[in-house]
Amino acid sequence: MKWLAKLAWKNIWRNRNRTIITMASVFFAVILSVLANSLQTGTFDNLVKNVVSFYTGYLQVHKAGYWNEQILDNSFEVSASTKQKILSQQNIRAVAARLESFALASSADVTKGCLVAGIDAEEENNVTGLKQKLIAGSYLQAADAGVLLAQGLADRLQLKVNDTIVLIAKGYHGATAAGKYAVKGILKFGSPDLNDKALLMALVTAQDFYGAPGMVTSYVLSLNETKSLQATATTVQQALGSNYEIMTWEQLMPDIKQHIKADADSMRYVLGVLYMLICFGVFSTLLMMMVERKYEMGMLVAIGMHKRLMMLLLLIESLLTVLAGCVLGILTSVPIVYIMQKYPIRLSGESAKAYERFGFEAIFPTSTDASIFISQGLIVLVIGSVLSLYPVYKVFRLHPVTAMKR
Amino acid sequence: MNNTVIDVHNISRVYNPDTIPVYAVNNVHLHLQRGEFTALVGPSGSGKTTLLNMIGGLDKPDAGTIIINGMNITELSPRELVDFRLHNIGFVFQSYNLIPVLTAKENVEFIMLLQGKSKQERDQRVQQLFKEIGMEDKLNVRPAQLSSGQQQRVAVARALASKPQFILADEPTANLDSKSAANLLDIMALLNADENITFLFSTHDQRVINRARRVITLVDGKIASDTAAVDISQPHKFETV
Ligand SMILES: Nc1ncnc2c1ncn2[C@@H]1O[C@H](COP(=O)(O)OP(=O)(O)O)[C@@H](O)[C@H]1O
Ligand SMILES: [Mg+2]
Repeated sequence: MKWLAKLAWKNIWRNRNRTIITMASVFFAVILSVLANSLQTGTFDNLVKNVVSFYTGYLQVHKAGYWNEQILDNSFEVSASTKQKILSQQNIRAVAARLESFALASSADVTKGCLVAGIDAEEENNVTGLKQKLIAGSYLQAADAGVLLAQGLADRLQLKVNDTIVLIAKGYHGATAAGKYAVKGILKFGSPDLNDKALLMALVTAQDFYGAPGMVTSYVLSLNETKSLQATATTVQQALGSNYEIMTWEQLMPDIKQHIKADADSMRYVLGVLYMLICFGVFSTLLMMMVERKYEMGMLVAIGMHKRLMMLLLLIESLLTVLAGCVLGILTSVPIVYIMQKYPIRLSGESAKAYERFGFEAIFPTSTDASIFISQGLIVLVIGSVLSLYPVYKVFRLHPVTAMKR
Repeated sequence: MNNTVIDVHNISRVYNPDTIPVYAVNNVHLHLQRGEFTALVGPSGSGKTTLLNMIGGLDKPDAGTIIINGMNITELSPRELVDFRLHNIGFVFQSYNLIPVLTAKENVEFIMLLQGKSKQERDQRVQQLFKEIGMEDKLNVRPAQLSSGQQQRVAVARALASKPQFILADEPTANLDSKSAANLLDIMALLNADENITFLFSTHDQRVINRARRVITLVDGKIASDTAAVDISQPHKFETV
């Protein structure tokens, strides 16, 4: 059968332009689909990383039922052993405890509702990189008596560092909470919502203010490997038992999840059109080839070549061509994708400012996830292989006398 | 010993039986002995190609039987027919007999590869055949670099390479100038004598007809005359082209 492979190879190059057109359609299809996919995945990963690291974290642990009714009475006792149990799970990078609730914040003239988060300063910085968001003043100490204000909230209340803020709230078990705090620093959050509302203080200070010593409302978790989100959530849930609810960022921020899904759906149409284009490119050359070689194939069957052998010959020819285009496409797209990850597309001007206002860097990195290359390569290969069945079908239907008529 | 190679019993082939029927071959009865060198002649549209296709197992008669070397080929399935053709019949068509991407040698070897012949056997046969067609210097040349006459000679060599029962050639000289046509006929006649191979070829070229030892004339799908029917025992007399 070596001679058949040799003949296939010679046939591939009998019309060099045609083969190059076929290979090129496959080649560019692979590159474009890999690039489109990796850009989309990379951008989303980046978006999620940004949004998640703002505040929410990849996973949160609450007392069961807290998410539906976010009140202090649904808090739970902070425990070093629980925290240790979470940290001992695979893929958990860091844990930060929070006591979150609401309060009315007043300065000399203005009163505004705000979101109060009692945080462990060190842990929080590990999980959300809070220190980097500081734009004035200084960061919290472990049992700091001062508070940090989000920039928007500080502006509304017309407060600066070292000014005083008064908080009134409903405390734990219906108690009334009130306190007076020095503004220690100003934070700039990417999310406009948080930027207008957030007030952060040391966890013990918050527990003291709300009259909830030793209590927290959530553990915020960061992960080593962000892809196995659901699996990690499941293992944490199993480790902690049903007294706790574990929520992923997708559940905590369903609108972002929705946005990503909608965008992915529209990408599917773009890819669909792209796949159609290769179909036309490859199919038209196959069609041309079959017309050109019809007489010859009729002649070969006439002199005694079995159709199955001829089908095999044509299959080898078209599969080799498609495979070569595919492999070359993947080999070429790998460095392109890596370079575009290292030097991502960067917006400039007005649109860049819009992104930066939301706390994003206006960059669109590519994802170098191997599965993108594999899946896009395979999809194009499958399309090409299915198209390769056309010559096989034509040979199946071939009648030597008809084929040799001119 | 029965020396009949081709035994055609009252075959007919009708095109468009439901609309305007065309009797391409109409009740033809015909026998060919081993070693014959026979021309099938007749005007265009007289049914030569249709008859040859049926004898070659490429087309089926609507009526009648064809027995080749004792085997009724009208009963074979398409797949069996492919094997039958491969091992029993050598084909030479009017033109484009060769695979353009293969050399002359590889084209002749091709049919033996289909037959699963060993390398040694192939090489030996190729050498012998190219000597016989006088093209030993063109072994490694692609068809495009050969003249039409040379291409047809390679096609004849390929037809012979499989050691068939007989060779069918449908207007093998139609695309050749008279010198190349004469040359091809010389080679065919030589091979007919050397290898005792049976030739049945169609033509409407009088100079080619003159070289045949037996001439069967078709008119409107019927045998109008057959020199063998007149006198088969007469010694063959060559007429000059
Ligand atoms: N596929 C076909 N369909 C209909 N008529 C055909 C077909 N092939 C041949 N014919 C008719 O059959 C007759 C014999 O054709 P053919 O065998 O090709 O003659 P020749 O080879 O002597 O020129 C002609 O009238 C031709 O038009
Ligand atoms: Mg004809």
